[in-house]
Amino acid sequence: MFRRLDDQDAKVVTFTFDGQMLEARDGDNLAAALLVAGVISTRTTSLSGAPRAPFCMMGACYDCIIEINGETVQACMTAVTEGLEVRPIVGPVAGTGDD
Amino acid sequence: MLARLQEPAMTEFDLIVLGAGPAGMAAARTGADGGAKVLLIDEQTSPGGQIYRSVLEAPEGRRHQLGADYADGRALVRALEHENISVEFSATVWRVDDDATVTYSIGGGGGGVARQARGQHLIVTTGALERPLPVPGWTLPGVMTVGAAQILLKASGVAPERAVLAGSGPLLYLLASQLIAAGVPPAALIETQTWRNYFSALKFSPGAIRGWRHLMKGRNMLRQIRAAGVPRYRGAKDISISGDGSVSAITFAAAGRCYELTCDTVLLHGGVIPNIQITRSLRLDHHWDDRQLCFRPRTDVWGLTSNPLIRVAGDGAGIGGAEAARLNGHLTAFGALERLGRLTVTARDAKAAPLRAALARETAIRPFLDALYRPPKELRQPADDVVICRCEEVTAGDIRRYAKLGCTGPNQAKAFGRSGMGPCQGRYCGLTVTELLAEANGLPPDDVGYYHIRSPLKPISLGELASLADDNPQKD
Repeated sequence: MFRRLDDQDAKVVTFTFDGQMLEARDGDNLAAALLVAGVISTRTTSLSGAPRAPFCMMGACYDCIIEINGETVQACMTAVTEGLEVRPIVGPVAGTGDD
Repeated sequence: MLARLQEPAMTEFDLIVLGAGPAGMAAARTGADGGAKVLLIDEQTSPGGQIYRSVLEAPEGRRHQLGADYADGRALVRALEHENISVEFSATVWRVDDDATVTYSIGGGGGGVARQARGQHLIVTTGALERPLPVPGWTLPGVMTVGAAQILLKASGVAPERAVLAGSGPLLYLLASQLIAAGVPPAALIETQTWRNYFSALKFSPGAIRGWRHLMKGRNMLRQIRAAGVPRYRGAKDISISGDGSVSAITFAAAGRCYELTCDTVLLHGGVIPNIQITRSLRLDHHWDDRQLCFRPRTDVWGLTSNPLIRVAGDGAGIGGAEAARLNGHLTAFGALERLGRLTVTARDAKAAPLRAALARETAIRPFLDALYRPPKELRQPADDVVICRCEEVTAGDIRRYAKLGCTGPNQAKAFGRSGMGPCQGRYCGLTVTELLAEANGLPPDDVGYYHIRSPLKPISLGELASLADDNPQKD
């Protein structure tokens, strides 16, 4: 489990992940906010459907990709804002194979 | 306030620096002091790189927990306030051309806009990535890199509780001591170095003695870890992470015994390697460094690559750490200023001399550290059933099978099974694939080579691509 160490005065905002209401500080790194909120897996892979979660936190591994407004973005490169609606990317999805 | 770039479309600079870590910040300031108009581009929201991530924004208490070396980064960040330096943050570079044109996107996530800048000269300071450490179970939620945990600490003030740290290298101890200082000590350190590592490191003792300051820091960290009662398991083998849907345990063998530790977070580390995505995409000469077990771009002492317009400084040119990267950044900028006609050869050499001496002192300990913490082969070339390409879920056994079918290089391996073709573009499997193919075919890594890295260097949307055409009506 992950824990927030310093209590800054930053404004508390709410956002949703997969429809679930979560709290964060305004401007939080989204991947960090999801980890602190206890979200274990942020997506499943498109091939085997294996669960994944943030891994490198520096925008390199693309394991923390999630969906916001229909776009695929890296959670570790995204800031949380009030009312942000975040969806996990769920795979494998039939009919979307490479061939 | 730092001067943010306003103009859209193509802009011209004397010097473009890619990456605002210690090397990039030092190069930008030295270039600016020498009279060059500098553009510094970084993907994060503020300067510092990963080593000094969020160093200005972090509250005092957090900076204290992270230690004096981290806080030192503030000076470099502050030095960016210079009339000759323009900065672009939250900027993802996705193409670099060999005429030193850089294409990048601002504000990704579908609404991004692409921009282009051309430099008379380009310095690539994209630093390091963590070495992929494909142990069984490393794709499970709950497994992260040691560097990732450090970024969570620095940028978000977030820490794992009772994490298990596994692998080898100084960063393992640094993170452990930072977690202890933050009041969330790790549950255990599982370290892979054996007496053989100590033995092979011995021959580099003279360098280690020159680097005594680093040894003292290391000793203090180990004392802190012992005082906090964090167990250290050395000479660990057969590391395996297990769990149903997320991590629940890590197993390993050490000193003739098998262990199973219950945990929900495992942080892996096998040292860092140069981030060569941009230099590879430019088809610059690279060579295999057997001491550091990685590829690095070939450079001269001024960071100049096989392209006369492009230099590399910092860990991206070979791992030396933050202070070496800073010194190297200054030196490389002197080289660029001389080439730009803003510094005579004599002046360049005179300015460089003290920095070069400091760099030699700073890097003297590296061969010792590289030998002591050399990641074992079983972690670099895992068993057949272990996934080595996280994106396309290709296993080590798949790569070995391709080799048996006649696959000799990483680019052929892509055609066999898509390794390296996912969104991370080989960043976390490239080195493993090279090493697996080298071993299977009995070839040196230099002959096996590396993935051809192509633009776009990071996934971009069609909208971002199209925005270039809007800005450049003269281009077809």
